[in-house]
Amino acid sequence: MSDDQDSAEPQTLPLDAWHRAQGARMVPFAGYWMPIQYEGIVAEHEWTRTHAGLFDVSHMGQLLVSGEGAAEALEALLPGDILSLKPGRIRYSMLLDENGGVLDDLMVTNVTPEAGMPTYYVVVNGAAKWDDIAHLREHLPDEITLTHLEDQALLAVQGPEAAAALRRVFRDAIGDLKFMQGTSFRFGEIEIGIGRSGYTGEDGFELSIPAEHAETIAGRLCAEIEIKPIGLGARDSLRLEAGLPLYGHDLSPETDPVSAGLGFAIGKRRRAEGGFPGAERILSLIDSGTETRRVGLTLEGRLPAREGALVYLGDEEVGRVTSGGFAPTLGHPIAMAYVASGHAAEGTELEIEVRSKRLPARVAPMPFVPHRYYRGN
Amino acid sequence: MARYFTEEHEWIDVEGDTATVGITDYAQEQLGDIVFVELPAVGSTVEKGKDAAVVESVKAASDVYAPISGEVLEANGALEEDPALVNSSAEEEGWFFKLTIADKSQLEGLMDEAAYKSFVDGL
Repeated sequence: MSDDQDSAEPQTLPLDAWHRAQGARMVPFAGYWMPIQYEGIVAEHEWTRTHAGLFDVSHMGQLLVSGEGAAEALEALLPGDILSLKPGRIRYSMLLDENGGVLDDLMVTNVTPEAGMPTYYVVVNGAAKWDDIAHLREHLPDEITLTHLEDQALLAVQGPEAAAALRRVFRDAIGDLKFMQGTSFRFGEIEIGIGRSGYTGEDGFELSIPAEHAETIAGRLCAEIEIKPIGLGARDSLRLEAGLPLYGHDLSPETDPVSAGLGFAIGKRRRAEGGFPGAERILSLIDSGTETRRVGLTLEGRLPAREGALVYLGDEEVGRVTSGGFAPTLGHPIAMAYVASGHAAEGTELEIEVRSKRLPARVAPMPFVPHRYYRGN
Repeated sequence: MARYFTEEHEWIDVEGDTATVGITDYAQEQLGDIVFVELPAVGSTVEKGKDAAVVESVKAASDVYAPISGEVLEANGALEEDPALVNSSAEEEGWFFKLTIADKSQLEGLMDEAAYKSFVDGL
C-alpha cells in the first residue's frame, strides 16, 4: 500500500481540536491539517446531498480590498464585471496573468457599507492564497488597501436542509438571501458574514466567523439534526459531480477561462471594453474558439480515471483528465478533461487509458448532478 | 494455517504450498470507501515487493504489493461485484488473490499477528 503525503510542516486551523474530537482523520492539505473524512466519504457525500453538511474551509484566503476605486482596481486584475456588482451581491471570477492564464479562481462579494468606502470581500483558494496576496500587493494601486483576514474562520453549510437548519439557529438573519447574495449579522456578540453560495452544487451558505468563536458556531450548527461535519474527501466528490473546477487541477496558468468553459465569468461589458490581463488573447479565443475544452466524461463500470489519464479517439490522443473519481450519487465514475474541441461535443464516444486499459467514456453535460441553488420563487 | 503481515498492510495466509493475500482491516480503514479492486490475472506471476493489485477508493488509487513471489492461482471474483467487501470484511471475505509460494524463505521477514498489531499501534 502506498499513499502520498505532503512533506511540508502543516499548520493548524482554528477548528483543529474540534475536528479531532469529532473523530476526523486529519491530513496535510494546502499547508494545514485538514479533516479528510469523519465516518466515510460516501456516507458524508450522501448526507450532504440529502440533509446538510458543515465544511471547514478556513484554509481558504479571506481578503478585503477597499478604497475609492477598488472596483476599478479589481477589474484591472480579473475579467469579471465588478463595477456593476451591487452591495450584497457575490460574483465568481479569476485572477489572470498577463497571458490570460488562470492564477486562481475566487468569489468576490461587494460588502460596501451604506454610503461607505467601496469594499470587496474576496475568497481565494487555500493553496494559492500566498501567491494571490503577493500578486494583489504588487498590482493593486497604493490607495487601495488589501487586508488578509487571517483571524477569520470560514465554514460552509451545504445541502437541501441547510437553509431550514440555519434559519432555526440564526432566526431571521438569513432573510430572503438568494444564491450569490451575502450579508452580515450579529449572533449574540459574534459578527458573522454570510453568503448563499458554495462548492457542492447544493443550496447552501458560507459563514465567515472570528476564529475565536469558530468552535462555538461549529458546535451550535452541528447540534441541529440536519447538520453533520463533512470532510475534504466528500467536498471533492461533491464538487466534481457539480461540474465545478478545482484550481491546481482543472485550472492553472496553462489554462484560460474560455477553454475552461468559464466564459460566463467574463462580463458583457468586459468583453466589449477589455482592460483585464490577457484580454487580447482571451477575446480572440472567444471569437475564434479554443483548441481544447474542459468537458465532462462519464465512464461505465466502476474503475475511475484519475488526473493525468490520457483520452483517446482510436489511436489519436485527444485529451487529458484533470480530475476524476467515483461519483457516489451516480454510482459510476466521472471525470473532467481537456479534450480537443473537435471531439468535445456532448455524446462523443472516447476512451480513457488507465493502467494500459482503455475505458469507454462519453462526453457528458456538466453538472453531472443538477445544481439545486436557491434563486427565489 | 499461519497468517503473516507486511509493513505495507497486507496479510498472507499460508497453507502448504499456497497462500491467500489481502489487505488488513487497518489498511481498508485508511483507504476509506473502496469502489474498485484490480486483481492480477490468474496464471500471471507476481514478485515480492512489486505491484500486484490496485485498490481504488473514492479519493485515490493505491497499489497493493505482493508479500511474496509466486504464480496467481485464483482472484477473488466477489470483489468485482462488490468491492466494498474489502471494507466490510478485509481479512476474510475481502481476500484479493491466491498464489503458489515460489520461495518459502520469503516468509521469514514477515510479521505475525502480535508483531503487526504493535507495528500498527506505533503508527
